[in-house]
Amino acid sequence: MIKVQQEDFDIGVEIARLKAGRSDIGAIVAFVGTVRDHAGGRDVEEMLLEHYPGMTETELQRIEAEACSRWPLQACLIVHRYGTLAPSDNIVLVLTVSEHRKAAFRAAEFLLDYLKSHAPFWKRESGPEGRRWVEADTRDEAATAHWDKPKHAAE
Amino acid sequence: MSTRLLYFAWVKEKTGIGAEEVDIPAHITTVAELMSWLKGRGPEFDNAFARSEVIRAAIDHKHVRHDAAIRAAREIAFFPPVTGG
Repeated sequence: MIKVQQEDFDIGVEIARLKAGRSDIGAIVAFVGTVRDHAGGRDVEEMLLEHYPGMTETELQRIEAEACSRWPLQACLIVHRYGTLAPSDNIVLVLTVSEHRKAAFRAAEFLLDYLKSHAPFWKRESGPEGRRWVEADTRDEAATAHWDKPKHAAE
Repeated sequence: MSTRLLYFAWVKEKTGIGAEEVDIPAHITTVAELMSWLKGRGPEFDNAFARSEVIRAAIDHKHVRHDAAIRAAREIAFFPPVTGG
């Protein structure tokens, strides 16, 4: 499931929703990304998250479908916010659910690596030193290449 | 052919517009050719697409390379490398 929204999310509420009505779940892995007050040697007082309505949902659905085809997931949730955020605010939630922990951990990392290099969001940081668009980290694109290597059958 | 063009982040800031409907000349067939043509529209677009090798494109909500064909596109977007997550 994909949610692209301005409002904050509550990780406890989302986990409870995923668990509701089922008792076959063995592992839930959660990642939460938050706004830092300091980046690239500058203080950050505010972050603007711009996005491409329509493509963000489509791209995240594509990424989620890829994860579900690679690992035995019982459920998957990505919540990504947009709009104006402050330091310590939540930005993104990735939840993966599986019978066993290995698939849940691997899928969560995969989802994050892919959304950081494919999902059309752009961050603009504001602080005492002015405003600037965050530059993409080349390590994020390299991280997705890691997922292209041949996999062992055990995975 | 009238196509919707979209610009995001610093590309939008530099062009001064977020979206427009454009009649793309028929001789322009790829994303790269479109960017060259857009550069020629004036100083803002020339500045926005000055480092066109850095700019990413999407056609109808799918990431595409600069050699992608634009012929059947309903919507083409230009933006910097993404920084979500």
